Amino acid sequence: MTQLPLRAQLASALGRTAATLSRVTGRGDGSVIGGRVGLILEPDLLRKLAADRKLVLVSATNGKTTTTRLITSELQELGEVASNAFGANMPAGHVSALSQAKQAPFAVLEVDEKYLPEVLDTTGATIVCLMNLSRDQMDRAGEIWLLAQKWQRALAGKDTHVIANCDDPLVTWGASTAARVTWVSCGQPWKEDSWCCPECGGPLDRKGNDWACRECTFRRPEPTWVLDDDAVIDPRRQRWVLDLQLPGRANRANAVIALATAEAFGLPVDRALPRLREVRSVAGRYTTVERDGRSLRLLLAKNPAGWLEAFEVADPALPIILSVNAQGPDGRDTSWLWDVDYRVLSGRPVFVTGERRLDLALRLDVAGVPFQLCETFEEAVAHQAAGRVDVIANYTAFQQIRAEFGRAV
Amino acid sequence: MPSDSALRIVWIYPDLLSTYGDQGNVLILEQRARKRGIPVETVYVRSADMVPDSGDIYLIGGGEDRPQILAAERLRRDGGLQRAIDLGASLLAVCAGYQIMGSVFGGEEGQPVAGIGLLDIESVRGPARAVGELAAEVDTGLGGHMLTGFENHMGVTRLGPGVRPLSRTVVGTGNGDGTEGCHTGKIVGTYLHGPALARNPWLADVFLSWAAGPLAPIDDSWYDRLRDERLKAVLPR
Repeated sequence: MTQLPLRAQLASALGRTAATLSRVTGRGDGSVIGGRVGLILEPDLLRKLAADRKLVLVSATNGKTTTTRLITSELQELGEVASNAFGANMPAGHVSALSQAKQAPFAVLEVDEKYLPEVLDTTGATIVCLMNLSRDQMDRAGEIWLLAQKWQRALAGKDTHVIANCDDPLVTWGASTAARVTWVSCGQPWKEDSWCCPECGGPLDRKGNDWACRECTFRRPEPTWVLDDDAVIDPRRQRWVLDLQLPGRANRANAVIALATAEAFGLPVDRALPRLREVRSVAGRYTTVERDGRSLRLLLAKNPAGWLEAFEVADPALPIILSVNAQGPDGRDTSWLWDVDYRVLSGRPVFVTGERRLDLALRLDVAGVPFQLCETFEEAVAHQAAGRVDVIANYTAFQQIRAEFGRAV
Repeated sequence: MPSDSALRIVWIYPDLLSTYGDQGNVLILEQRARKRGIPVETVYVRSADMVPDSGDIYLIGGGEDRPQILAAERLRRDGGLQRAIDLGASLLAVCAGYQIMGSVFGGEEGQPVAGIGLLDIESVRGPARAVGELAAEVDTGLGGHMLTGFENHMGVTRLGPGVRPLSRTVVGTGNGDGTEGCHTGKIVGTYLHGPALARNPWLADVFLSWAAGPLAPIDDSWYDRLRDERLKAVLPR
């Protein structure tokens, strides 16, 4: 790497100091404050820190943190990798991540969907991974057709290589202006945001993963990588069983994106896949915690598409604890609960907690799913017999549960 | 409604206008009808399909700017909803769907877009997004209840003489002039997006009784607990 200018070096160093102070005083993990301090001292710090690196940006509604982690694990096969592993996915978090690994020739950054155009303009990233777009925290995140349109504008005229999920019509539309796209078929279980053509508004005809507009020429591009049940089919039609430790269809989809990204860096599947198989949990997601003979598996689900994927992972034979909050990072509006089809939980013991448990209680009542209301997570756990239990929580509810277990997960 | 046929609920354009939990209103009407032994038949009308004019209760939800404009164009061409209203059906129009029912609303660049004129209202794009909890005192005729819910919109709506305000806001923005929503005949419009009926089961029963006559009381305890908690959280003490 080339040497940073003096001002950027100083900004970067002071940012790291602030991050350290934040950690040692117990105020946070330091990944936001450090970057903020750095950006105040040198507004152009992100551009300078990103220069001369091979940089991947990862954006989507769901799976950003996990996919970032998977790609990071793969690229470590090639050298040191800088990454915002804990989900601080706005420019301050990016500055912080890059400052902490200044010599790393590679960087993989999770990017908030709204910030993608800005971060792409600033960093001139080599590769952008786009997985899915669906309704999420509408009170602060805004509208997804608009978001996809901003992606289009940001990608136009750049030589960025995009790796995108062609099964998601809105993602396909957002990526359609890029100079070079590797299309990956990794599925789209949640279809409620893409029944209409983003190009003309006409109805999309869908069959399996395939889709085409009935009224204009917009249709699904032919993929070169395909998620085929528990395996990936690579561009040479070779089939590789994924055999991940991370559970669920959504993670197999994330893995296919990660493998396509690795190949873009010259890292073949036979070297990348073993790295993916080593990942067990990501920032507490999918981890199992123990309490008094009970094994609680923690699943994070922040929006309707995420809940659909979490239900796919949850074991129908087990009791399940659901926890929902509506703090700022969750979105203060709980309307999305009505987009989740909870009927799939019928027949298993369901325990409802979290700060907005009454919203969830009414939702389950209307769905005809019997449940038990619990004032606290502790109380919900106390109801469980020894053995395995699934837990699905949205963002701050999930963090509260992790904190109860000392974040040692 | 003849007793030998089911109550027909028609949800208009879930593929365009169902941004955030709008399905909840359908599910709640279904549940509250079934609990009273009223058979229900629900029709989901996609935007490529014709809107039937034989429904009892019509629902239309919220959405982004472009889908809203598409929905307005399609509804105007279709004419089914307008005929159904003439035949005596009721309509709950939410957020973007509420604006469409007026004579005009603001498009994504603020440009005026023609609505379908079922309500005497005009909407424009306001200077700032109104996002947050809303509580309002129900104004007229429909009942003496508080309205509670969540709003998320950029619209400012002016009510004409052909409609009455649904409520007077205590917390939140609503139409932008101290009122929230409107009604006339069997049409109710509101900015309370998503599942407005989850927090206002009395309003669900207004629609059901328009279609099915007097209703037996049912156990509302989950509705009441949620409603009380939300009103307590947002109303000034």
